[in-house]
Amino acid sequence: MNQEKWVVGTSPHVHSGDSVPQVMQTVIWALMPAAVLSVLVFGWAALLVMIVTTLSAVLTEEVVTRMRGRSSAIGDRSAALTGLLLAMTLPPHTPWWVCVVGGAFAILIGKHLYGGLGHNPFNPALISRVFLLISFPVEMTYWPHPTPLFGDSGLSLSQAFGVIFGGHYPPGMLVDAITGATPLGQYRIEVGLGKSVQEALGGSYGFDYFKATGGMIGGSLGETSAVLLLLGGFYMMYRRLFTWHVPVSMLVGCLAPATIFYLVNPDHYPDPFFHLVTGGLILGAFFMATDMVTSPVTARGQLIFGACCGLLTYIIRTWGGYPEGVSFAIVIMNSAVPLIDQFTRPTVYGKAKNSKK
Amino acid sequence: MGIALSVLRRFHGGVHPPENKAISAGAAIEVMPLAKRLFVPLHQHFGAPCEAVVQTGEKVLKGQILGQPQGFVSSPVHAPTSGTVVSLEEFPVHHPSGLPMLCAILEPDGEDRWLPGLKGLEDPEKAEPAAIRRLIQDAGIVGLGGATFPSFIKMSPPKGKVAELLLINGVECEPYLTCDARLMEERAGGIVEGIRIMLRALQTGECVIGIEDNKPAAVKAMEVAAKADGGRIRVVRLPVMYPQGSEKQLIEVVTGRQVPSGGLPVDVGVIVHNVGTALAIRDAVREGKPLISRVVTVSGRGIQRPANLEVRIGTPVQDLVDHCGGLKPGVVKLVSGGPMMGVAIHTTRAPVVKGTSGILALLAEEVPASREQGCIRCGHCLQACPMSLMPNEMAWLARHELLDKLAEHDLFDCIECGSCSYVCPASIPLVQYFRFGKFAIRNRDQEKKKQEISRARTLAKEARVAREQEEKERKKAEMKAGMAAKKKAQVEQVPDPSAVPSVSATAPAGEAKSASVAAVPGGDDKAERAARAAKSAAAAKAAKAAKAARQAKDAE
Repeated sequence: MNQEKWVVGTSPHVHSGDSVPQVMQTVIWALMPAAVLSVLVFGWAALLVMIVTTLSAVLTEEVVTRMRGRSSAIGDRSAALTGLLLAMTLPPHTPWWVCVVGGAFAILIGKHLYGGLGHNPFNPALISRVFLLISFPVEMTYWPHPTPLFGDSGLSLSQAFGVIFGGHYPPGMLVDAITGATPLGQYRIEVGLGKSVQEALGGSYGFDYFKATGGMIGGSLGETSAVLLLLGGFYMMYRRLFTWHVPVSMLVGCLAPATIFYLVNPDHYPDPFFHLVTGGLILGAFFMATDMVTSPVTARGQLIFGACCGLLTYIIRTWGGYPEGVSFAIVIMNSAVPLIDQFTRPTVYGKAKNSKK
Repeated sequence: MGIALSVLRRFHGGVHPPENKAISAGAAIEVMPLAKRLFVPLHQHFGAPCEAVVQTGEKVLKGQILGQPQGFVSSPVHAPTSGTVVSLEEFPVHHPSGLPMLCAILEPDGEDRWLPGLKGLEDPEKAEPAAIRRLIQDAGIVGLGGATFPSFIKMSPPKGKVAELLLINGVECEPYLTCDARLMEERAGGIVEGIRIMLRALQTGECVIGIEDNKPAAVKAMEVAAKADGGRIRVVRLPVMYPQGSEKQLIEVVTGRQVPSGGLPVDVGVIVHNVGTALAIRDAVREGKPLISRVVTVSGRGIQRPANLEVRIGTPVQDLVDHCGGLKPGVVKLVSGGPMMGVAIHTTRAPVVKGTSGILALLAEEVPASREQGCIRCGHCLQACPMSLMPNEMAWLARHELLDKLAEHDLFDCIECGSCSYVCPASIPLVQYFRFGKFAIRNRDQEKKKQEISRARTLAKEARVAREQEEKERKKAEMKAGMAAKKKAQVEQVPDPSAVPSVSATAPAGEAKSASVAAVPGGDDKAERAARAAKSAAAAKAAKAAKAARQAKDAE
């Protein structure tokens, strides 16, 4: 029994078992309830958008890693996650070529150009969304009303194929009739025309908080159900992917000024709950701003980062050139992360200035 | 009263790996039979190695000194039993480097006869602290928690520092290990006796024993023993969290104070000793027995019969494994110590030493091997770091050998507990990077020092050569001047030879010189200039050399 063939290596000899693919997979699971709901709400077209975007991202990852002479990295599921996250920020009827370009841009420009996973300064999915929004403003602001998968008004699977891949709607379906402004867009346009918030969102537009919370409103795939997104967010926190710091500070950063302005002038500024359940605030706070690679590593840094993301979101939503500001806010703050990290280094044990003796 | 908090604090970070203590927790301490041969390394402690004081072939008695300490931070090594020293040679030991070390190889005679004359103190609690310290020092007692720092040094607080609290470490936060838990359960009385002796030596009245609450039996036993002593000793239960058994973290939890960076626990009024050390101190001070055995946990899912063994120092690991029924098939790694900070063993021939707290036989399922990936900046290492460092940035700096930056990032505050590596989802061997970084910085500093010394030497040599040269030049010039004076004298002698004696006899030296200058203006001027130049150059060089020497001295 003298084999003397032991593995040697430095301590520690045990490991938590956590791995990068596991982290990515957890986020994908957390996203699933909201993703499934978006298919139920927006129909087959939403599913096609998700599949095309994710496939584009994964294929780009495979091609680029091969070109860079690296071993295949699609196993770590980060590319699939990026694709899926991007899809969640797209309108339900996004044409296939926009999806393909978006998925490829996220991986190629958003990630590998900077050196691959872990080195990208910007959230790849969001930088790609921003790119698409600026490059293809028409396709990216085309908001169909919710058309439930099993409802009468929805597209059949073959009709959805026609819409996504052919760009044509079935005869008799008027584009104007099936689309409309998102609540945030409606608010900006109408209030900009001098109406009060109540007039803008009430009346024929018929904004309903209950529907908004449940996800039955127009918008991107991931701008639907606040409840399911929160569920996913809590699941990720339960699995210790991230702490409460970024999401909570981002929500507070957006809702605190919203509350103040609402209290000052409720005719002109919608209430904070409106800001919470419409648009991509919750998706951004729990799935985008928490991206490990592009957010600060210290708790203090995360609070600053999140609060600024939220504040910028509110500023853009209220006074900016776009009705929705989550993507811009997070991408802008991504660029400040190295600086934040520099200034929020933790106090090392035994080096506190006023350590008592 | 006292500095121990009534409400415990938490230290930053930490991890909670599977405890795996149940494997061996139920096994009472067994005294392991004497091995056929003992391999006693002459360097088993933190500090300078010992020098052998026995010869090959010499017969020694149990407790006789084999290695005499060299320098202050050192500790003697004793014969674990009586027998013959068959050889003094390099032998494999448990060291991360895998390098062999000088060992005294002892063949026991089976009589196990003590060295006569070993005697402790009759009443240690009335003894002089210095006498107690002397016994601890002579007994070769080092920190048995694994750090192996000579205990007597900790027992003598430097001038101006007061030990307010004696903190006894019964935390045993490393997974698998149960030797301290068993000691507390079975020998609580002895530990308390050791504590009383230490309190006497430290001239302090407050003592806290910290035990994690996954060891209820140990807590109970210690509480009973502490109560018997009176109110001085307090047992505190700590929530399970690795690395709570690390000195700095334990101090923070119990007192709320942080040991200053680069400082010692006594800087915040605390002295920390392991429970095993307390027991060893009792044996040394009461009975004069040197440290020749310790309790070792033999565990892991790869061992047939997990156990807690009382083993003589120098017993080969193979003997322990055999005593425990051998290994199960599928063992991939053997670890000396705990799984978080222990050293992987490359051979079972290596002996148990003073710092060996456990021998773990681990199956593949217990030590997952995975490939290092890129950092995804998840920040889990920051959350886990008990020293509040930024392991992610430090690893990056170490990888790129940016040593100055690395030192700025408080690399030397890292206690190498392994929490960061444990949680890293990208399986980055962070601790290994930090060990490399520390080594590289020390190495570089040493090289720098060497270079400075050799530079100072070179400059000193140059200065000496220049001085000698100058001396030569001066002599030459003098000779020339002398010759010229002679010549002139000869010239002057021609017209009036009778006048010469009077000139040479009466003219002062200055006059002779001016006369010589006047005689051969060109030649002499040149010589003088050369001498002056040589002199100033030499002076400059000497000044430079002196400066370099000063710098070298400062660097030291």
